Amino acid sequence: MSILVIAEHDNASLKAASLNAITAASEIAGYLDQAEVHVLVAGHQCAAVADAAAGISGISRVLLADAACFEHQLPESVAPLARDLAGSYSHVLTPATTTGKNLMPRVAALLDVAQISDISAVESADTFVRPIYAGNALATVQSADPVKVITVRITAFDAGGDGGTGEIENCEIVVDQDLSIFVDENLSVSERPELTSAKVVISGGRGMQNGENFVLLEKIADKLNAAIGASRAAVDAGFVPNDMQVGQTGKIVAPELYIAVGISGAIQHLAGMKDSKVIVAINKDAEAPIFQVADYGLVADLFKALPELEQAL
Amino acid sequence: MKIFVAVKRVVDANVKVRVKSDGTGMELANAKMAMNPFCEIAVEQAVRMKEAGQADEIVAVSIGPQVCQEQLRTALALGCDRGILVIDESDVAPLQVARILKALAEREAPDLIILGKQSIDSDNNQVGQMLAAIAGMGQGTFACKAELAPDCTNGGTKGRIVVTREIDGGEQTVSLKLPAVVTTDLRLNEPRYASLPNIMKAKRKPIDRLTPTDLGVDTASGLKTLQVLPPAEREAGIIVETVDDLVGKLKSEARVI
Ligand SMILES: Cc1cc2nc3c(=O)[nH]c(=O)nc-3n(C[C@H](O)[C@H](O)[C@H](O)COP(=O)(O)OP(=O)(O)OC[C@H]3O[C@@H](n4cnc5c(N)ncnc54)[C@H](O)[C@@H]3O)c2cc1C
Ligand SMILES: Nc1ncnc2c1ncn2[C@@H]1O[C@H](COP(=O)(O)O)[C@@H](O)[C@H]1O
Repeated sequence: MSILVIAEHDNASLKAASLNAITAASEIAGYLDQAEVHVLVAGHQCAAVADAAAGISGISRVLLADAACFEHQLPESVAPLARDLAGSYSHVLTPATTTGKNLMPRVAALLDVAQISDISAVESADTFVRPIYAGNALATVQSADPVKVITVRITAFDAGGDGGTGEIENCEIVVDQDLSIFVDENLSVSERPELTSAKVVISGGRGMQNGENFVLLEKIADKLNAAIGASRAAVDAGFVPNDMQVGQTGKIVAPELYIAVGISGAIQHLAGMKDSKVIVAINKDAEAPIFQVADYGLVADLFKALPELEQAL
Repeated sequence: MKIFVAVKRVVDANVKVRVKSDGTGMELANAKMAMNPFCEIAVEQAVRMKEAGQADEIVAVSIGPQVCQEQLRTALALGCDRGILVIDESDVAPLQVARILKALAEREAPDLIILGKQSIDSDNNQVGQMLAAIAGMGQGTFACKAELAPDCTNGGTKGRIVVTREIDGGEQTVSLKLPAVVTTDLRLNEPRYASLPNIMKAKRKPIDRLTPTDLGVDTASGLKTLQVLPPAEREAGIIVETVDDLVGKLKSEARVI
């Protein structure tokens, strides 16, 4: 049996997170006999996405469900589609992004199986590791279900490369539903790299005091080509938008370099960044728990340290 | 309108829990337990809708051992009208929780079901989506705003709920036909604390007790936990004295810039 990866995309381009899910799928395929990895692209006028997916290394087939009913990829439409296709697959995977988390439990429930959230390692075709309790524990779970429906922690798997020559097959299924109607979307536009795939991330917390002061981080981010993140406290206080929240209930990041500024280091924040390769903490309180996970700690007032750092880079 | 809220008993968010040395689970014996923070936000949402005259009854549901009645009492003290406790000593998995909630929804026909987006213990983020799927409802997950609206598509007999959702790129708004499922994100509201008089009053509010069997639900799951281990510890780092020191180390030692 083969493995299906549901692509994350915006009808124009394939989202980078899909590439990490494809790598997880390929790892699982390694435990199976002659399993192929296929990609489902469900959307509207999204042929370019299918072309991109067909070019990923290891992809033998792309199912393209291109119809108006899938334009906004609402789970009420896509889940029945995935359920109908899942019969030919042993595993269905997608990245553990907000899109994937919204969709996959619905797919699993329609298939009458468990869903395995946010896997960080593949042990065998039916056994996976996933963080629980804000990353304070790693659970090894085994599935006896006929189809394993999985979301993949993208920072735990490398991105699949190109070089694939998959064939594209049109899928004629359409789903008519009146449960949910798309109203609108308000997406932040940024020239910066995406938070979850950036090599360098610099995040600000309550210590930043207000949104204007994030300029201090932006100047450094410009020099390091970094993405900018935030703690929940900074988001709740309205300094920055919610899509910048790093943590247990925000985004999970694992860059080469993570710089935490004015962040105390609550477990919920650590859950989102402690797998970063190198962690730097700048905090005026030498006792802040963030220093326990930092490779390099600087005990300093951020309003003094940040301009100095910008100068020194 | 009748609202269901699902409240889960979990370890308090401020407790740092450890893995048991035999790898079978977490050390929770004397840990402080609480209502899952996202469920507090769900309760608050329901109570605000009732206060605004949009709902006339709020039913809080919890699934788990007897002691979950503590969290139901909290929900009642916060403004829910009655509780349903579905007693099960095992750790009921998300699909089975969803089935229990569906069975209760079939009995009681709520117009809106509000859940947290995620349990902070299992970090699953599944039940609301699963419930919506098997109950044939729309889902407004990760809500930071939820407002009732008239429905122009069916002569106004049943309304709709317009939900703004926190998504990776920003926000998305969807309009759902009622009955619907909403799951709460952190910014939906700021939950209140229960007042002492309300805590006293809550003691007299009714809690029904049932078992999954009463509802015809088998709680066996296809997923089994084999072991639970602590994550790898990070090696201790160093404190640098100056910014120049830091930049030097990042360049020559860590080689990340
Ligand atoms: C259900 C739940 C989910 C949560 N999810 C998340 C999540 O996903 N992500 C998340 O981040 N949090 C999350 N939290 C919140 C978390 O518990 C903490 O409250 C939050 O991370 C604190 O943010 P902070 O470190 O910015 O603020 P604080 O804890 O207030 O820390 C501010 C820090 O700034 C330092 N500081 C102040 N001024 C200066 C200065 N001038 N120079 C240098 N340092 C300074 C202080 O010393 C302090 O250490 C969650 C909590 C709950 C209950
Ligand atoms: N045992 C339970 N009892 C009541 N509600 C639950 C239970 N488990 C999960 N839920 C609800 O489902 C939400 C999401 O949980 P989960 O999918 O487990 O992360 C929680 O915030 C609760 O609202």
